[in-house]
Amino acid sequence: MTELTFKIIFIIIIFGLTLLIAMYSTLAERKVAAFLQDRIGPNRAGPFGILQPVADGLKFFFKEEIIPSTSNKILFILGPCIAITTALMTSAVLPWGPAITINGQIYNLQVADVNIGILFVFGVVSLGVYGIMVGGWASNNKYSLLGALRASSQMISYELAMGMSLIALLMSSGTLGVREIVEQQPGFHWNVFYQPLGFLIFMICAFAETNRTPFDLPECEAELVGGYHTEYSSMKLGLYLFAEYINMFISSAVMASLYFGGYNFPFMNELGLSPNAISIIGSSVFFLKIIIFIFFFMWVRWTIPRFRFDQLMHLGWKVLIPLAVLNMMLTGLFILFFKS
Amino acid sequence: MIEIAFFSLSILAVIFAILVITAKNPVHSVLFLVMTFFSIAGHFVLLNAQFIAVVHVIVYAGAIMVLFLFVIMLMNLNKESEPAKPLWLKLSGVITSGLLLLVLTAVFRKTVDKTAHVLPNPDIGLVKNLGMTLFNDFLLPFELSAVLFLTAMVGAVFIGKVKAGN
Repeated sequence: MTELTFKIIFIIIIFGLTLLIAMYSTLAERKVAAFLQDRIGPNRAGPFGILQPVADGLKFFFKEEIIPSTSNKILFILGPCIAITTALMTSAVLPWGPAITINGQIYNLQVADVNIGILFVFGVVSLGVYGIMVGGWASNNKYSLLGALRASSQMISYELAMGMSLIALLMSSGTLGVREIVEQQPGFHWNVFYQPLGFLIFMICAFAETNRTPFDLPECEAELVGGYHTEYSSMKLGLYLFAEYINMFISSAVMASLYFGGYNFPFMNELGLSPNAISIIGSSVFFLKIIIFIFFFMWVRWTIPRFRFDQLMHLGWKVLIPLAVLNMMLTGLFILFFKS
Repeated sequence: MIEIAFFSLSILAVIFAILVITAKNPVHSVLFLVMTFFSIAGHFVLLNAQFIAVVHVIVYAGAIMVLFLFVIMLMNLNKESEPAKPLWLKLSGVITSGLLLLVLTAVFRKTVDKTAHVLPNPDIGLVKNLGMTLFNDFLLPFELSAVLFLTAMVGAVFIGKVKAGN
């Protein structure tokens, strides 16, 4: 098997897994909500409601497609396309497991090990906001426009704090490559123990970047009807909602690999297993960490009420950014006095 | 292979740049400008400067153009709100920009070095080498530009404050 065929198969697997996890996140969201509110949740389609995402998807496809007559048609269609494309692109630089050996040849479980690594994720995520802005503006609806403006101002504000919390991590790891960052955290030496404040800031910003509660003001039902997707129907609405779940999955994966050791797990080198067995366990552990993060996202959504918009801006600019700068300075001082 | 990529990226960059100034709708203009930035980022990748390419996308396409789009969407520009300009203003605009084009062409014809150059270090655009160069050879200009940015930021905050007070 050549490197290229392996890469193609691997890309298809990662693509499928991303879509599958995003699909079942929609069911998990409703099940977790039901669990937290002491209900049963969807249980009609298949055993334990396991076919519910399929039923939802089919329903989206069969719904009538409405494009408002006063909208900007091309941009109206382009909006959800941008949202889903950027959401699916980010998984390219994440390492999904340790290298595996097949017939004496070593294959990295990573689509592209570029030396800008984590900045690629940042670049693609910062483009994701165009999907929301273009769609919200093209709808030609006041509520949609307000939702789109809220989304963009929120994402720009929180991107700053996120980037600054990341700088502290990059200072201590000395590389931008995600695989190298993960390899620096063997066993239980996870970055979260060295960068607790940085992780907290990064996680709060990840919630804001994915437009999840308590920061889901762009689609705040009580004020904005449906926010930026008020005018959307059928699968175009489905793509927007789906992009949100994919973003949640990807940001969980990024947090797990940057701060929680990625595919590393405690005692991985003391067990005495073959490298391929370690690879399989490592990948499973990575997905377990991702699923725990996704559960945490949902747990927060059904527990904490949403912020007011001025509170959101206050938190972003006056609390998180100064804290991130402080964290950066402390890390710099620590490296200067204790590591050199 | 690289030549094909170079020419297709260049053609795309030029087409999108022309579309930026010919588009009637300012929102379309902004989106075409974002596409122009993308093609330029592609050129950086061809020069093996991945770091500059991704920073270009993050800063220009991801932050500055979003703010542009933000302002244009809020202003709600359309045909009715477009100010009608008198004929003499349009004529003088055409004449002055024509003269500028003339001067620029003359300058480029005389000064631009048309011989091919080979970079002494082809990996200069990678993060590590770029950082080494910036913080060793160009430390003073780098720090001075940081001070300049800080000044601009303080100035922007100051202007905003004065308006809020009135």
